[in-house]
Amino acid sequence: MDIIGGIFKRFRVPRLIILILLILLATLPLYAPGYTVILLTAILMYIILTVSWTIFSGPTRYISLASAAFFGVGVYTMAILGKALPLAAIISIGALVSFILALFIGFLTLRLRGMYFIIFTFGISELIKHSLLWWETNMTGTVGRWVVRVDHDQVYYIMLAIFVVLMLTAYFIRHSRFGLALKSIGQSEEAAAHRGINVTLVKVVAFAISALFMGAAGAIMATRWAYIDPRIAFNPLLSFMPVMMAIFGGMGQLYGPVIGAAVFTYLAEILMTRFAYYYMLIFGSVLVLAILYLPNGLIGLLQKWRKRGTAEQQAST
Amino acid sequence: MLTTILDIVIGGLITGGIYALIAVGLSLQYGVGRVLNVSHGEFIMIGAFATYSLYVLFGISPLLSLVICGPFLFILGFLIHRTLFQRLRDTSESIDVFEGNSLLASFGVLFIIQNLALIIWKANIRGYTYLVYPVNIFGATFTTNRLIVLLFAVVISLGFYIFLTRTRLGKAIRAAAQDPTTAALSGVNIKQVLAICFGLGALMAGFAGPLISMIYQITPTMGMEYTIIAIIVVVLGGLGSITGSLIGGFILGLIGSIVTHFDPGLSLVAYYVIFILLLLVRPTGIMGK
Repeated sequence: MDIIGGIFKRFRVPRLIILILLILLATLPLYAPGYTVILLTAILMYIILTVSWTIFSGPTRYISLASAAFFGVGVYTMAILGKALPLAAIISIGALVSFILALFIGFLTLRLRGMYFIIFTFGISELIKHSLLWWETNMTGTVGRWVVRVDHDQVYYIMLAIFVVLMLTAYFIRHSRFGLALKSIGQSEEAAAHRGINVTLVKVVAFAISALFMGAAGAIMATRWAYIDPRIAFNPLLSFMPVMMAIFGGMGQLYGPVIGAAVFTYLAEILMTRFAYYYMLIFGSVLVLAILYLPNGLIGLLQKWRKRGTAEQQAST
Repeated sequence: MLTTILDIVIGGLITGGIYALIAVGLSLQYGVGRVLNVSHGEFIMIGAFATYSLYVLFGISPLLSLVICGPFLFILGFLIHRTLFQRLRDTSESIDVFEGNSLLASFGVLFIIQNLALIIWKANIRGYTYLVYPVNIFGATFTTNRLIVLLFAVVISLGFYIFLTRTRLGKAIRAAAQDPTTAALSGVNIKQVLAICFGLGALMAGFAGPLISMIYQITPTMGMEYTIIAIIVVVLGGLGSITGSLIGGFILGLIGSIVTHFDPGLSLVAYYVIFILLLLVRPTGIMGK
């Protein structure tokens, strides 16, 4: 055990694991069956939503339920511009529109905290959904829209690229003064303001950065779905899932939300295909049990095991 | 002209009465117990479907179902609080953490109840007709069932208000809402009161469900819509204020009725616009301090 532990430390295995994982993910469409690629695209999408949600909500403890709004804006950007512009341009525009929307919402919500912030963010995405629904039925005459089809592998690669950029961004934010400022806002907003942190600016910028990635993911995911309407694009579940996944995984570490989202999405997918009839029932039970018995998420559980392991080791020596 | 106004006002009071009932339940659960119970609408749905089944299968009057569904859901809510939310409250390090955890747990409850209902009743839209005789009020026509719903909603709301303000248990509940620690020190059994509050919230859903099934069509997925309306009304009335929720319910019902008169598709949009403006201008609501 000691030798393995030594190797782990000396060669910085986490980085090695990340590298191997990335190579595996990048070459996946070459050998994996099509279904795996589609499944991984869905998993990556939820990882992107969850990690970008955690960028803002993790350190500041402001629970945002506006993810569906930013995602949906991306989806509609693709649906409207799909044929007019190249893919990369549309994804960038989708990300940008979400970014601007988040700046706007961010400045509006400055005074709201706690439950009020949660309810407001939820309300704003529902407002966008219902306004769009009304507009589409009364002005354009059709509720849904067809989206340009894109090859599965290409969707997967774009999603992977967004994921990698997001992870790098999240990592740098975590280890920067900006990240520290966010964390201090979460601990005590007044104290942070007294320390000379521009609380407003820091919060709004973090919120907008998280929206940027959600918009990008929405834009590319729209091509996977082929047909969209406001209820699909702004589905409230898209707001709830990232929160659950982040808490399920644990927010103490950067990889917590990644693991949470991956496990959760995979579980949901399996349940949906094998037990379509009881899917939500099992899903709900897992959720309740996870909150009752895993208050610190999966990562908390892993850390507890690891601690117990080292304690036993020390006891035996 | 007068007919149109009567139509809008009484129509608004009918929906408003239902909104008030469901909002009072949610207000109690959040205001006292700090549980933002997003599965509130599922309790309403259980009430509505139980009433439907009892009426269609056994011919039991929906008004009798009120007395059956209410207590049944009270017990269910009481037990859920005792087993799930009380445990979360004990293990959460602060009340903020508890609010977040209980919100997620109630999502779990929502999924479980909704899926069970889909298994039992399937995803079809259902409805039944009960007491649909036309009644003429100064030229405006209403069906009996809608007027009965309004009557019952008002009576139940008033009864509940009197219970909270005039009884010992009501006093204990209000004490627990203001300051749980001091209430506990003055001899209020706080765990019992919190579970009773959650149960009473479910009781209100148990009253609203049968009334809703009398005048609207029902589906197993109808809960979310009512939960959202309840949340809007609770914010409109001021988080935690029972009186505010009662008044807010009728106000929102009237607004909905006015907007529906001009464009039915816009009523939900109007609710959200009011909701968001309210949060921005006066987040404490009409009755908030």
